[in-house]
Amino acid sequence: MRAEGATLGTPAGGHAAAHHEHRDDIGSKTGMWLFLFTELLLFGGLFIVYAVYRHKFGAEFHEAAHELNKVMGVTNTFVLLTSSLTMVLSVGALQRARVAESLRWLGATFGLACCFLVIKYFEWSAKHHHGIWPGGEHLHSLPPGEGMFFNLYFMMTGLHGIHVLVGMGVMGAIAARIRSGHVSASRYAALEFTGLYWHLVDLVWIFLLPLFYLTN
Amino acid sequence: MAESKTGPAWTGSYLQDYGSRRGLLAWLTTTDHKRIGLMYMAAMFAFFTVAVLLGLLIRLELMNPGMQYVTPRVYNSLFTLHGVIMIFLFIVPGIPAVMGNFILPLQLGADDVSFPKLNLASWYVYIAGAILALMSLFVGGGVPDTGWTFYAPYALRSGSNVSLAVFAAFVLGFSSIMTGMNFITTIHRLRAPGMGFFRMPLFCWGLYATSWIQVIATPVVGITLLLVIMERALGIGFFDPARGGDPVLYQHLFWIYSHPVVYVMILPAMGVISEILPTFAGRTVFGYKAIALSSMAIAIVGYMVWGHHMFTVGMSDTARRVFSILTFLVAIPTGIKVFNWMATLYKGSIRIEPPLLWALGFIFLFSIGGLTGLVNGALSTDIHVHDTAFVVGHFHYTMFGGAGVGLFAALHYWWPKVFGRMYNRKVANWAWGIFMVGFNLLYFPMLVLGIMGMPRRYADYLPRFHGPELVSTVGSWVMVSGIILMAWNLVRAIKRGAPAGDNPWGGTTLEWQTTSPPPQLNFAASPSVTTGPYDHTALRAAAAKEAR
Repeated sequence: MRAEGATLGTPAGGHAAAHHEHRDDIGSKTGMWLFLFTELLLFGGLFIVYAVYRHKFGAEFHEAAHELNKVMGVTNTFVLLTSSLTMVLSVGALQRARVAESLRWLGATFGLACCFLVIKYFEWSAKHHHGIWPGGEHLHSLPPGEGMFFNLYFMMTGLHGIHVLVGMGVMGAIAARIRSGHVSASRYAALEFTGLYWHLVDLVWIFLLPLFYLTN
Repeated sequence: MAESKTGPAWTGSYLQDYGSRRGLLAWLTTTDHKRIGLMYMAAMFAFFTVAVLLGLLIRLELMNPGMQYVTPRVYNSLFTLHGVIMIFLFIVPGIPAVMGNFILPLQLGADDVSFPKLNLASWYVYIAGAILALMSLFVGGGVPDTGWTFYAPYALRSGSNVSLAVFAAFVLGFSSIMTGMNFITTIHRLRAPGMGFFRMPLFCWGLYATSWIQVIATPVVGITLLLVIMERALGIGFFDPARGGDPVLYQHLFWIYSHPVVYVMILPAMGVISEILPTFAGRTVFGYKAIALSSMAIAIVGYMVWGHHMFTVGMSDTARRVFSILTFLVAIPTGIKVFNWMATLYKGSIRIEPPLLWALGFIFLFSIGGLTGLVNGALSTDIHVHDTAFVVGHFHYTMFGGAGVGLFAALHYWWPKVFGRMYNRKVANWAWGIFMVGFNLLYFPMLVLGIMGMPRRYADYLPRFHGPELVSTVGSWVMVSGIILMAWNLVRAIKRGAPAGDNPWGGTTLEWQTTSPPPQLNFAASPSVTTGPYDHTALRAAAAKEAR
C-alpha cells in the first residue's frame, strides 16, 4: 500500500521523470481495492476456521464467551467507529485544502487507535493473568471446544491488532507527507487509501465483536 | 504519452544503463519491467537448477530396489525440497514473473506496469522468501521432511525445520499477490488506445485470469501457513485432533489455494501457446473469444474443485460427487482451447521453428496430463490410483509438460525480442527432440507404475517395479541432457547469436513493432490499435510488396 501511495507522490521510474509523469489515480485505486480484497480473504480463512469450530463446539463457545468482557468490547467498537469518522473528516479536510484541520483529524484517528490498543492490552493481560493464553497452562486444561474458542479469539483479535498497528504506522508516515506537501489537496490519494484501509480494519472488528463477545 | 520522444532512452536498448547508476546497482534499483523480468529469470533458473539436481537424486535412488545412496529420511527431505523449490520458487512465479513482466506491457503498448516500484518490491520479497527457504536447510532441526504440502498433523510434529520453510512459502505468497495486483491494474488501465479487452493478445488474457487467481487464492494459504506456524509455536490446536482440531480442515484450507494455483501455473502457458500458434501458422487464431473466455472459465471453475485432492480422506459422498463433477467441468474449457489451437493450425501456412515445436510439445504432453487428470478426478478410479506414482506422473505431465514446456516455448519465442539475438535453431530443434524423448521415458513409466500399485514418496520398492523404475531413471538423464543443450544454446545466443531483427517470426502483436531489444521506454511512438491481435493482412501485404 505504501508503495502505491509513493507512486502517486513521486514519478514512478527515475528515468521517466524527465519526460512524463506516471499518474493514474483510478489505476492506483484499483490496486488499492485489490489489496483490500486480499486482506478480506486473509481474514476470511480465519472466519472459515471459526465457522467450522463454532458448528462443532456450539455449547463450549457459548460457555467460553462468558469470560470475555462485553463492556470493553463494546467500548472498543465505539472507539474504532469514531476513528473511522475522524479519518473521513481528515480526508475531507485535505480535499478542501485545509491542511492543519486534516492533520488534526488524522491525529485524532491515531489517538483513538492508541486508545483501542490500550483497552485491548487490558483485556489481553486480564486473560493472561488467568492463564488463558495460547500455550498457557489454564487454557490447555480447558475442554477442547473452549480452548479452541480462546485460541481463535487470540489469533483473530491478534491479527486484527497487528493491522491496527500497521495502520498507525501508515498514518504517521502520511502525516509527515502531508506536512511536507507531498500529499495535498491536488494529490490526496495516499490519505484516501489510508482511510480505505482503516475502514477495513474497522469492518473486520464489527464482525469480531458479535462473533466473540455477544455469542453467549 | 504521445509527445515526441527523443534521446538515448528511446532509441537504445534497455540493456544499456542510463542515468547516474551503473552496472549491478542500476539493475538492483531498476523499476523497468523488462529488467525486473530478467532478474526474476536469473533467480528462478538458479533455483530450477538446484531442484532439477534434487530430482535427479530422487530418480537415482529409485533406479534399483533397496537403499543405495541416501537414507529414507534424507529421501523425504529430497522430495520435500524438490517440491517446495519447484512449486514456490520456480513454477508459480515462472511465466508471469519472467515473461509476463517482460512481455505484458509491450503487448499492451504501455511504457511499464501500473506500479513499477511495487514490481521491484515483489522481486525483493521473492528473494527474501527464497533466502528463508534456503535458511531452513541449514539452521535448526534439519531439512524439512513433510512434502511440499505440509500436511497436518505430521507438519505439527516433525522435528525438522518446518516453521521456517512454511514462513518462506508465506513470504513468497506476498510476492505472488503483488505481481497479480500489478497485472490486473495494468491490464485495466494501460492498454493502448483502441485496444479493447477483446483486442488484447491471448497471453494477456491468460495473465489476467492468472492474476485474479493469485489475488483471490493466495491470502487463504497465507493465513493457513501462519496458523501452522502458530500451532507449532504455541500449540493452538486448530489442526490437532488431540485438542479437538481437525487435520482435514488443514487440507481444505491448503487446497483452496493450492488447487487454483496449478491454474496460475498453466494459464499463462496456455496464453503463450495461443501466441505462438497464429504466428507460425501465418493466420489469425481460431475462436479468439472462446480461448479468451475459457481462460476465465478455467480460473472460476478451478477455484471450486479443491476437494478432489481429498477423495480418500473421509469427506461425505455428496461433497465427493460435487467435487468430482466440478473437476470434470474444468476439462470443457481446456478442451475448447486444445480444439481451437488445432483449428488454428488447420490450413495455416505452417513454418516449423523451435517455438512451434515447443508449443506442439506442450499440446501433446498437456493432453496426456489433462486426460490422466480425469482418471484422478473420477471417484472410483481415484481410489485405486490415489497416492501412487500415477499421480506423480499426471502432475509432472501437466506442470512440467504443461507449464514448464510452456515457459521453454515462451523463451524460444521471445528470446530474440529480449536480447535482440537469435539462437542456433538447429540446436534448439535437437534439444527439443531430446527433451521430448527423455520426458516421456521419465514420466510415462510413473503412470504405469502407479496403476501397478507403486506408492508415491516411497524410497524403496518391490522388485517387480524394477523395470519401469529403471526406464524412468534413464529417461531423467536423457531429459536433463536436452535441458542442458537448450540452456547452453540460449545462453550462448546472448553474446554470440546473430542479430535477430525486430520481427524474426512475423508476429502481429505489439511487442514485435518495437526494436529488439526494446528501448528503455518500449516504444518510440505510442502505438494505437485498429484491428484484432492476430491480423496478418498487413504483414502479408508487406511481404507481397517486397516479393514484387
